[in-house]
Amino acid sequence: MKDTTFSKALIFVNSLVPLVLLGWDAAHHRLGANPLEFITRTTGMLTLIFLLLSLCITPLRKLMGWNWLIKFRRMVGLYAFFYGSLHFIAYIWFDRFFNLKSTAADILQRPFIAVGMVSFFILIPLALTSTNKMIKRLGGKRWNRLHKTVYVAGAGGVLHYYMLVKSDTRIPLAFAFALALLLGYRMAKAYTPPPNPKTPSRTLIPPR
Amino acid sequence: MLIKKADDVKSSEITDQNIYLNRRLFMRGAVLAATSVATAAVYRALNPPPVQTRPGVKLADVVKPAPQEAANTGFTINEKQTSFEDITNYNNFYEFSTDKGSVAAKAQGFITRPWSVTVEGLVNKPKTYDLDDLLKLAPQEERVYRMRCVEGWSMVIPWVGFPLKKLLDQVEPNSQARYVAFETLYDPKRMPNQRTGVLGWPYVEGLRLDEAMHPLTILASGLYGESLPPQDGAPLRLVVPWKYGFKGIKSIVKIKLVEGEPPTTWNREGPSEYGFYSNVNPQVNHPRWSQARERRIGEFGMRETLMFNGYADQVGHLYEGMDLRRYF
Repeated sequence: MKDTTFSKALIFVNSLVPLVLLGWDAAHHRLGANPLEFITRTTGMLTLIFLLLSLCITPLRKLMGWNWLIKFRRMVGLYAFFYGSLHFIAYIWFDRFFNLKSTAADILQRPFIAVGMVSFFILIPLALTSTNKMIKRLGGKRWNRLHKTVYVAGAGGVLHYYMLVKSDTRIPLAFAFALALLLGYRMAKAYTPPPNPKTPSRTLIPPR
Repeated sequence: MLIKKADDVKSSEITDQNIYLNRRLFMRGAVLAATSVATAAVYRALNPPPVQTRPGVKLADVVKPAPQEAANTGFTINEKQTSFEDITNYNNFYEFSTDKGSVAAKAQGFITRPWSVTVEGLVNKPKTYDLDDLLKLAPQEERVYRMRCVEGWSMVIPWVGFPLKKLLDQVEPNSQARYVAFETLYDPKRMPNQRTGVLGWPYVEGLRLDEAMHPLTILASGLYGESLPPQDGAPLRLVVPWKYGFKGIKSIVKIKLVEGEPPTTWNREGPSEYGFYSNVNPQVNHPRWSQARERRIGEFGMRETLMFNGYADQVGHLYEGMDLRRYF
């Protein structure tokens, strides 16, 4: 994985595959009986998947030592935002027909819409501050603190999904479980005191 | 360290730079293509394409109501009928799958013969019918009804069936009978999703006796002039067009006349969300979403949902004086 450009291209193209298939099926009228609902549901699902994938990266780096994964985190996170935007547009268009008044009424009436909306809005500043320039401008610490809110967006997104299903909650619960695991890992790490610098860390002992 | 001089390698052995770069490009192209195909395969596995439902048995002697009668009684509505493919590939039938698009594929092998239906309870002549005898009780009629799902979508479906009243008249409900309770087959071997706990099995539904005796209430065994496909509730299902779709219990094995309001599956699942009556009503919202509009399958825009699903003239009198917010 030395050649970052190629591996980035690999992830970029693969992340677009679901969108290409969605577009292809739409053009061939193969999205089933309720295509608009299918588009909305699928883009929502992809948002959650990419959000969780982006959250997997730090734990995987720490647990498996795959530090190179960091190079892809921004792209995966931006894909979550990208599919989230498509999901948002699908709702505003196919469900509300760009009617602001009806959207406002809907937010008040359907709590899961409000939860989803807030979760999506949380992602906007994160996407805007994803450039190297913004990281420098904010400073690493502040940037990190800001980007921790991705967990709030993730929890909101999963809750949004959980609240809308009629009775089969297995998939939203699976997402919730995965998210809890990832968040739990980060919290456990945050509350564990760093190793005592006086005792030599294991990595300093040459392997023999 | 020994470093070979460039001269030591014959120039003929050096891979031409173009070939080297081409090979690399080729390898990369292959990796890109292979991973994309794999990703596409995962997407396809999670989103199976619609299945072609095998054509059913053509039903003979299906009576079509005269146009004038059809309009007044609500037996046939004059709206564009939803396509056979959509009706047979977008189903809520949790006994097979909770994914509306997957029910058709999972229900394909469902065997519906032999099949018997027991009619019992507060009746003078309880009886267990063989399905084929039951279907001979009355002429099979075509009924083109709106179907409004509680989830906010709707279809127009040309059912083939006969009024439930004809069956109830046969068994003679006694004076104590006030409700009718229905039960779906419970057989996890044939209905695999019954192994999960997504709903309490078997699925049960109920109607007030006057609702059950209403001429719009039918037992359907066909669709588009053919025998009912498994995913739509074969071999026998209830259709009550002014109520939300889930009241139309599928694959019925038992009908029981009772005195008190019988339990119903979705009401047990969410008492504040799904009432016993569940009449289509744009003014009474589901606690989590509005029921004012619906998406007609096959259309882009939304339609206003009609009171009693557009059958107010025919059934409004059944609920006179009732607080429909309380009895939702």
